[in-house]
Amino acid sequence: MHYMNHTQVQKRMSTRLLKNYLAKLLFLLSTLFGLVVLAALIYRVVTQGVHWIDLDFLINRLSTDPKKAGILGAIAGTLWLMAVVAPITLIIGVGTAIYLEEYAKKGRFQRFIQINISNLSGVPSIVFGLLGLTVFVRGMELGAVILAGGLTMSLLVLPIVVVAAQEAICAVPQFLREASYGMGATKWQTILNIVIPAALPGILTGVILALSRAVGETAPLVVLGIPALLIPLPDGLFDKFTVLPLQIYYWTLDSALVAEYANLAGASIIVLLVILFLMNSLAILIRNKFQRRH
Amino acid sequence: MGGKNMAAVTYSANPVEVFVTSREETATSVAGKNAVFSVRDLNLWYGEDHALKNINLELKENEITAIIGPSGCGKSTFIKTLNRMVELIPSVRIGGNILYRGKDILAKSYKVEDLRTRVGMVFQKPNPFPKSIYENIAYGPKIHGIRNKKILDEIVEKSLRGAAIWDEVKERLHENAYGLSGGQQQRLCIARCLAIEPDVILMDEPTSALDPISTLKVEELVQELKKDFSIVIVTHNMQQAARISDKTAFFLSGEVIEFDRTKKIFSSPADKRTEDYITGRFG
Repeated sequence: MHYMNHTQVQKRMSTRLLKNYLAKLLFLLSTLFGLVVLAALIYRVVTQGVHWIDLDFLINRLSTDPKKAGILGAIAGTLWLMAVVAPITLIIGVGTAIYLEEYAKKGRFQRFIQINISNLSGVPSIVFGLLGLTVFVRGMELGAVILAGGLTMSLLVLPIVVVAAQEAICAVPQFLREASYGMGATKWQTILNIVIPAALPGILTGVILALSRAVGETAPLVVLGIPALLIPLPDGLFDKFTVLPLQIYYWTLDSALVAEYANLAGASIIVLLVILFLMNSLAILIRNKFQRRH
Repeated sequence: MGGKNMAAVTYSANPVEVFVTSREETATSVAGKNAVFSVRDLNLWYGEDHALKNINLELKENEITAIIGPSGCGKSTFIKTLNRMVELIPSVRIGGNILYRGKDILAKSYKVEDLRTRVGMVFQKPNPFPKSIYENIAYGPKIHGIRNKKILDEIVEKSLRGAAIWDEVKERLHENAYGLSGGQQQRLCIARCLAIEPDVILMDEPTSALDPISTLKVEELVQELKKDFSIVIVTHNMQQAARISDKTAFFLSGEVIEFDRTKKIFSSPADKRTEDYITGRFG
């Protein structure tokens, strides 16, 4: 008694192979769709803005005259913003991750915090903007300054850092901790000397990705009332500032009044994309360099 | 040696009897070697799972005690209880007493860091830190407060010599330990353990991940270390237990079936189950 009818199998073979091919085609087209859209976007931006990028554009301050306008202020503001967000998220984010992974007992409390961190990363960024406006700009009466913007952005990207650091710490093999404890090391010595160094590449990758999110984010800063038409450069935490995405936003709005503003927006987008691309490359570089350690 | 022979008592599976005989042995051993560990009525549970049942054992100074038994018999759990590494597993409950040099290490007041400085451990899988060979060895002394570079250098050399790996690594002390072979890594881990100058060394199947030649080297090393340390070694390999140990404890389903001189266990075991295990009828 045979269950396999090989003549039947033969007959169905071509249909099966056709389906097999169609499946591959479907997935290839899905991938190409994303690529095509991205290519179109970049093409449009580059053709519009690339001729407007030169050294003057990078080092000039803002001006109402499109020929003289530069983005030095926005770049400086972006760097200031990073200078605030990086240390805050690193310290609080890594601290939270260490507590949750190394100290907190697996139980209801730990699960509660974990769920809230996940929820937090799903909260729309404009809500963080409102929070920043209420607490930092008005509550603490900071005004729309770098510190207020940085604190707001830190809150926004903190969940990213926490989750990335948690994953990195969790990936440190248990046998390394055992080796350290086995020699009489305390928990803190083990965390400081073994866990953190081993998790550092993952943590740094998370921080860089979080920073690139903060650099590209616009909505919360719009709510805070960060101006775009700002001539003086910021040189302290309590100075007013603007950032690249806002600059792009306002130039795009005003392109109805001055047509060249559209070109300036395009040029700024290219600069922003290059910055983000470099940051993400750095994150990937760090990850690859340390990946094959254990 | 006569005293030692007399001290060797055949243990029965009956916990009450075991307890009595271990007391007798304590008495007779005064003339012989000192007890390093006296385990009394040790019980351990993982949640509801009763993993160690009424363990009573005396482990002596400068002896190698082998722990044998089939997988899941509790031998690894037992050895990890001796330096309380077992506490890293959540849901563990322990009852009974373990006296280390006369003090109950299960007592709340006993500092676990202190215990692990005196009772070192070598693990089943070589687990060097992702640091240089030098930093691996210096790690223990450093966490215990030694900062002087010259003293650290001396400790590193002494420990690596002690683990018979100095000649192989002396030219590459500052290279990453992950560049060493598996067997070298395990001897490095033994050296790392020697660096804290422990009193007892616990070895949890230290050769199970190694090839035969590396295994032989580690075995020779263990024999050598016996002069200065008391050693407890868990092994899956009965020939290994027979080759290197002075005493052997046979564990089965969380109980000590038999504990005696290794020669006695392997020539004329008192319990039928021990005989069945060492002759390869199960396990």
